[in-house]
Amino acid sequence: MAQEFWRWKEYNWRDESINPKLVKILSAGVDIGSVSSQAVILADGQLYAYSNMRTGSDSPDSARKAMSWALESTELALEDLHYIVGTGYGRVNVPFAHRAITEIACHARGANFMYGPTVRTILDMGGQDCKAIQCDEKGKVTNFLMNDKCAAGTGRGMEVFADLLAVPIEDIGDLSFQIEAEPNPVSSTCVVFAKSEAAGLLRSGWPKNLVLAAYCSAMAHRIISLLERLGVQPEFAITGGIAKNSGVVKRLEKELNLTSMKSQYDTQIAGAIGAALFAKALYEKSGK
Amino acid sequence: MLANYGYIDGSGQYYITIDTDKCIACQGHFCVEACPERMFTIETDDYDDNVAVIQDAFRHQIKYKCAPCKPVSSHPELPCIKACTAGAIEHSW
Repeated sequence: MAQEFWRWKEYNWRDESINPKLVKILSAGVDIGSVSSQAVILADGQLYAYSNMRTGSDSPDSARKAMSWALESTELALEDLHYIVGTGYGRVNVPFAHRAITEIACHARGANFMYGPTVRTILDMGGQDCKAIQCDEKGKVTNFLMNDKCAAGTGRGMEVFADLLAVPIEDIGDLSFQIEAEPNPVSSTCVVFAKSEAAGLLRSGWPKNLVLAAYCSAMAHRIISLLERLGVQPEFAITGGIAKNSGVVKRLEKELNLTSMKSQYDTQIAGAIGAALFAKALYEKSGK
Repeated sequence: MLANYGYIDGSGQYYITIDTDKCIACQGHFCVEACPERMFTIETDDYDDNVAVIQDAFRHQIKYKCAPCKPVSSHPELPCIKACTAGAIEHSW
């Protein structure tokens, strides 16, 4: 079988220092995105376990699989979780969720947890859309806009380029800097146009790394237009899978003339963390 | 909260902004009836407030759906903005 260069590594994780039997509230968030799905379990508001995997063609099945995988390394069963919130594109298709909340609100809440209460502008570069969010010190959204009109500027677009150039998706960021001079960006209007343009550049003799640099630069340009409309504050954080691509992040930081905040947490689980935090608050509010 | 519904494409930026802090105070929600395309609806948002939103089905079409209210020859006040007594609605284009 041909190598799937776009395929990123799926994983699960658990904090072994937490004993779930001593926990009062076990809350969970399930983020069913267009490309990836995450399930996060919080123990009294602390990150206890999570999984990160590819979304399949069936959202309820993806939700079940993501949650099962997060629970796998724990001694817990689904019934042990006190409250579950679904979020993301497939949020209404999480069969075991008590409530669905938009990914906008969940990303803001999650970023507040991951980066601290000072974070004010959040850029979520997801699989199939891009969201710019402003929030207050409690992680409540004050302003947002998203663009999901085209895959250009999203994780899916980057996967297309990984396949076109036969470069593992995790390596794109570093390789895009192994160039002599920064090229002009390719088209950022449409990922199909960008792919055609890139194929033309390869035929005309451009090395792969230069084409990667041109695409990373195009993504940064595309995102800038979104951020300019919203306004960027210096306390700026990036979430989502593309946050792991240094080729885009560093070019974006250079254009914005600021450095994005860093976190010890996995940037792909921001939405699910936010959902789990909402779940905890809703469970407490229910007074059970 | 400023909720922006719409998109950016090769031809421009098309967003309808609803200031939910202002929208909450409105009891009439006249925007729902005023829009000839019935793009607005009232929903309970993530913070449990009842506010106007642009329906999902229209969010990728607003440039076209709003076009009849925005003739090139003149700039009449838009029905949704005129109907919004709270002054919560803005168009980006």
